[in-house]
Formats: sequence, structure tokens, C-alpha cells
Amino acid sequence: MKLRRWLSAYAIFVALAVEFLLVSATTDTFFTEANLSNVLRQNTFAAILAAGMTFVVLTGGIDLSVGSVVGLSGVICADMLAKGHGLPPAIAAGLLVGVLVGLVNGLAVTELRVPAFVVTLAMMLIVRGAAFKYTDARTVTGLPAQFAILSDGATAAVIMAGVYGLSWLVLMRSVLGRHVYAIGGNLQAAWLAGVRVPRTQLVVYAVCGFCAGLAGVLVASRLSAGYPRAGEYYELDAVAAVVVGGTSLFGGRGSIWGTLAGAFFIGILNNALNLFHVSTYDQLIVKGVVLLAATSLDRWRER
Amino acid sequence: MLLSAKGLTKSYGGVAVLSDLEVSLASGEIRALVGENGAGKSTLIKILSGAVVPDSGHVWIEDLLMPVGSPLESRERGLSIVYQELTLVPELTVAENIFLGRELGHPFLRRREMTRRAQELLSMLGLDLDASAIVRGLSIAQQQLVEVSRALAIDAKVLILDEPSATLSVTDVHKLFAVLRRLRGRGLAVIYVSHRLEEVFEIADTVTVLRDGRHVATSSIAGMTREGLIQQMVGRTVSEEFPPRAPILGRPVLEVEHLNVPPRVADVSLVVRSGEIVGLAGLVGAGRTSTALAMVGMLPSAGRVQLLGLPVHFRTPAEAISRGLVYVTEDRKGRGVFPDLSLGENIWITHMSGFTTAGLLSVRGARRGAEAAIRDFGIRTSGVDQRIGTLSGGNQQKALLARYLLEQPAVLILDEPTRGVDVGARAEIYKTMNHLTSLGLGILMISSDMLEILGMSDRIVVMREGRTVGERARHEATAESIMALSTAA
Repeated sequence: MKLRRWLSAYAIFVALAVEFLLVSATTDTFFTEANLSNVLRQNTFAAILAAGMTFVVLTGGIDLSVGSVVGLSGVICADMLAKGHGLPPAIAAGLLVGVLVGLVNGLAVTELRVPAFVVTLAMMLIVRGAAFKYTDARTVTGLPAQFAILSDGATAAVIMAGVYGLSWLVLMRSVLGRHVYAIGGNLQAAWLAGVRVPRTQLVVYAVCGFCAGLAGVLVASRLSAGYPRAGEYYELDAVAAVVVGGTSLFGGRGSIWGTLAGAFFIGILNNALNLFHVSTYDQLIVKGVVLLAATSLDRWRER
Repeated sequence: MLLSAKGLTKSYGGVAVLSDLEVSLASGEIRALVGENGAGKSTLIKILSGAVVPDSGHVWIEDLLMPVGSPLESRERGLSIVYQELTLVPELTVAENIFLGRELGHPFLRRREMTRRAQELLSMLGLDLDASAIVRGLSIAQQQLVEVSRALAIDAKVLILDEPSATLSVTDVHKLFAVLRRLRGRGLAVIYVSHRLEEVFEIADTVTVLRDGRHVATSSIAGMTREGLIQQMVGRTVSEEFPPRAPILGRPVLEVEHLNVPPRVADVSLVVRSGEIVGLAGLVGAGRTSTALAMVGMLPSAGRVQLLGLPVHFRTPAEAISRGLVYVTEDRKGRGVFPDLSLGENIWITHMSGFTTAGLLSVRGARRGAEAAIRDFGIRTSGVDQRIGTLSGGNQQKALLARYLLEQPAVLILDEPTRGVDVGARAEIYKTMNHLTSLGLGILMISSDMLEILGMSDRIVVMREGRTVGERARHEATAESIMALSTAA
């Protein structure tokens, strides 16, 4: 029992450390400045998405629309830049797109009482369609050079650190955050304890949407283009990071630091598989097996 | 004897629910099984049907020892049970439900054959039902009769009915009784669990009374009176465990008029005064919890509720709490605690806004508040950080009380405040209740424990089938009178 509790809280950090040491020891190429900064840069987007996803999953929900939001927020931000609107309004528009989609998700879940899985699956399709329509399925180019600064290694890392620091503060120290855990832990009890359940859920989806909007802007900056396909399958990576990070899909249990570790565990796994020259097909299989193993661990802990 | 059981004993978490019970049943006999809530009726029939494994004791059918804990085996030996909750699959037909798990034909169903045989069974039972009808379209009463048919489709020798009449109208009950009498003529033995004593007198040949997990008496129904039966069921007297009360009553703090909570609660009216404990008595299923949930905004309702003299209609518990009406649930696990959070957090969850500075939770302030509550309520714990799931039931219950009292409510609704709570913690909860009323709080206490109702209430309101049906002042109330009000036709 004790061991299980301990494992559920710290397993991912141990796994991340073991993975890090193992890959460092077995390759010459991993533990180099160039490669490590590459790993960091490649995974900031996924980590930011996963932070928002953690909020939703902690309430017992899920948000499958985040990958599509990355696409739409990216093309809108890029389009505004290409039309010469300047950085601040373009970035704000990208973030706003995310928050709006999140609010729609939240309202459908709380007011229409449709399960989050279905709501966000529908929004995944709608938002992706909107991204294609918006650009006529073309890539938006001609962005100002200074936009790229946003996603250089250091800046993106700082933004990611900010997202995680703030998430920790909100989840652990704010009334809202504790209500997130309460709702996921025991919905009925949360109602009776006076938690404003629908409002909290609405905010949670908005937070997740905001993170997706932010990731969308950063991806556009990285590509120096608005690409309507951007972010495809990112929702699955985000859910995987959250689950591997030890957050229960039933809600109520998990931590934001676990998610960060989970995101980088998967990131380093990808990197290592590349360094070992494992084929792309085998990489998919390995990732699937890791995800399955992590979720079985989750079930085992629940017992 | 067709069915006999000896030495049945079962306890849960150190609390005995059945002690050395012995029953036997002859073929062609309809036996009523009665007793208060918690007397052990459900446990007994679950052991007989193999759903629960007894700590000791054995069951025989036709002098053959039954293996324990095997519902399937029990069924095959001819023991069939109809539970209180319907277990039919609504999207399937009557015939498919009757043959569920024993379908005819392999690999392709012989649907026509199944429907024909089901129809034969229904007409043999004298039921006017179409075997090919979809169950969803049937009335509750018809569904109940399908349940009975299904139970009999396996050549049952013993049929156990667990409060089958709870959802039936008077005419439907008579239809059911007609079926039971016909089956009795063919040698079937029936165990009929019911709270409705008039039904017991109408249908049963013999009656077994359980109390506190023990066998009180088994007698022929002829020569038994209603009063005599209630006497056997209640049997206890109020003991020393309740601290004396000297209430000083003030003005009404909670007034409820004609509250209607569909579908269970039709008409509830009651008043709670400042300084008063009102006991809300009734059988399980009378609608007491639904009434409480509706008052705090957890269930939609119609009717008038006044709190501190002002009309209110809460849409969420959050509103009710902010206005001074709190509800402490009977269902600690399902609706009370957050098992993965700490004791402290479980206490301060409703009161967090009182512990924040600049939007952030002041953990130090919250901890101080929780530590004070832990001292006040005598919660035995290693500290505020202990996970609440690891505390005893009594300490969890005290923590729940602490949670809701941090908000300093005017009216407290306690639903089964001492269920699953040990004797020591019980006494402390009663003392807390006395202390709170001495400060002017009004308490509405829902309880199925007759002793608690009689021992702690200043006034007792009784509910039956979704209505308040009467009340008794403390001095005029007896267990018999409350029981009679709860069960009368």
C-alpha cells in the first residue's frame, strides 16, 4: 500500500532519471549541449499543451481539441502577421482563439451535459476544418523575422517554465486549483461541499484552450509560417504525457510536475530512439507499449 | 424441510450484522421476513442466495448442503431471488430478459422458440403480458412481474422477494399476490421481505422477526396482532448512551411547506426551531434523503422553503451554504469525503475563501483553522496532513461535521449522523449536537436508528412514501407509535 502510494507520486521522476542516465551512458551523442538544447526545444510545445491538459484531466475530463487549436491559432496569428498587424495583436489573437474554443468546450460539457470526450472530439474536427477553411488549405508565409525569436530555445524554455510555475501556483495554492482536485476526487461531495462545479469546469477548459493557443503561436513562430495541419496528433501526445506523468484519468490525483516529467520522458524516448537509429515504425510501437505500461500502472495503483 | 440454515453469522468491520441465525422453510409456505432497517434481513437473504459468504454457518436445500458464496449454484439448486432494484435489460424483449444468460440455440438464437416458451410461462402465471414486448415500454409493475417470471423460469423451489411491493400500486400488489398463491399451491416456498405489515398479514402463512441480527421469533400469522409484531420488531428501550437534553427553543429557522421532489417525494411539510433537534423518521425509501438534497439545491423541487424567516429556493449547495443551510450526507464515501486529499483539506474545502490572501490560499491560516477543528471535535489523527481515507468512520464523520460547521450555519441537516460510527465517536457526536443547539442552531436529523430518533429528538416527524404523515413530541413518542406511523397503509 505504502509502496503503491509512493510509486504513484514519484514513479515518473525515477523513470525519467533512469532514462536520462541510461541514454547518457549508452550514447556519445545524447549528453551534448547541442542535443540537449534540441530536446528542450522540440518538447516545449508538447509540454505546454500537457500542462493545460493536466487541469482538465484532474477534473476527470479530457480535451481532444488541443491539436486542432494549435493549427487554428497558428494560422490566425500568422495571417495577422503576414497582413502587417504587428506582434502583440497577432499573438493576442492566437491566444484568444484558444480561450474561445476552450470556453465552447466548457459550456458544452457543463450546460449541454455532453461527455467531454464527445464534445472535444467534435471540436477537434470543427476547429481543424476551420483552420483549413481560413487559409484555403494553404500555408501562410511571409512572417516578420523577429517573430521567430519567440521560439528560439531559451525564450520558449522560459515561457514553458512560466506556464508550469503558474500552473503549480494555481493548482496547489488557489481556491480554484483545490476545487479542481475536489471535483475530480468526488464530484458529488464537491457539489455538497459548496464547490461551484460548472464554473470551475468552464475555467479548466478555458485554461487548457489557452495553453493550446499559446502552443499554436509558438509552433507558428518555430515554422515561421501558419500551417493548417500543425498540431495533428498533439492531443494524443499531451494525454500521453499527463498519463505517463501519473495523473489519474479518473481525476482527482496527479501533479503538474509529474506531467512535465512525463512530457520529457516521452521527448527523451523519441530522441533516444532516433539516436539509436530505430525506424519510425518501431518508434510508434515502442511509444504505444510505454503508454500501455504506464496506464496499467495507473490501474494497479487504483486497486 | 425444503430450506434450512443454521448458525449463520456475519460481521462487517467488527460489527455483527447476523449472529448465529437459524431459519427453516417448508414447501408450500409463504414466510414473511420482517425487522427494522439494519436488522439483518438483506444480509440473510444475500447469504441464502449465495451473494454473500457468511463468517460461519451453513445452508441446506432438501437436506443437501449448499456451497457458500455461489449465486449460480444456488440458482441451479432451485433458489431464486428477486431483488428490490430491477435488473432487467430495458432494450430487450420480455422473452429475451427471461432467458438472459440461458438463451436457447447456439450459435444462432431460436427467438421464436424463446418467445413461445416465455409466453407459456406468463400465461401459466396468469399474467397478461406480451412476451415479445420491449421491456422499456412496460410499467414498473409489469417489469416487476417480469422479474418474478424470470425467477420462476428456472424451476425454482424457493423464491425470495425483497420488498417487491415498494414500487407497486395496490392493484398490482394484488396481482402479485394472486400469482404467489397459485405458486404456493404447486409447492413453491416463498420468503417475502416487506416493511408493509398489512401485506404480511394478507399473504404470509408464517412470519420471522429479526432484530439486531438475531432471530426474535417465528410464529404462525394466525393469532398474531399488528401491535404484537411491532413490539417484537422494536423490542429495545432507550439506553444511557444519549446525553440529556435541555433545549431552549427559539423562533423557527427552517420552515418547509408542501415540498415536492419528483419522483420520490410528494408532499413534505415540517418546521425546525432554533435550538431544536427534529428527528425525521421513516423507512428506507420514504424519501427523507431526497427531501434534504432538494432543500440544499442538489435536486430540483417545488414548494415553499423558508430559512430564518425568508423564502429561499437554492439551485446549488453553494448557495445554501452561503445562506446558512448545510447538509451532512449519509453517504460519506460517495458524497462526503475526498479520499485522496488530506484531513485538513477535507475540512477547509468549503471555507477556503476565508483562508485566502490575494486569491492565494494561506496554508498556514487554513491549517490553524483545521487544527482548531480537530481539537474541538476530538478527531483522532496523526495531523492535518493525514489522508482522510485512512481514518476510521467515526473520525471521518467528525471531520465532515467540522467542514460544514466552519461556515457557522443556522440550520444543520444531519443524514444518519452515526451510521458506521463506533460507540465512542457516537457519544461525542451527540454531545456536539447538544452543544450546537445550545448555541441556537436548529438541527434536522434523519435517522433510521429508532433509539437515536427517540434519544436525541425534541420532536419527531415521520415520513412515509414521500409524505410527512405525522409528528410526535419527545414525551409522547414511543418506538411502537413511530413504527406504526412509518408502516401504516
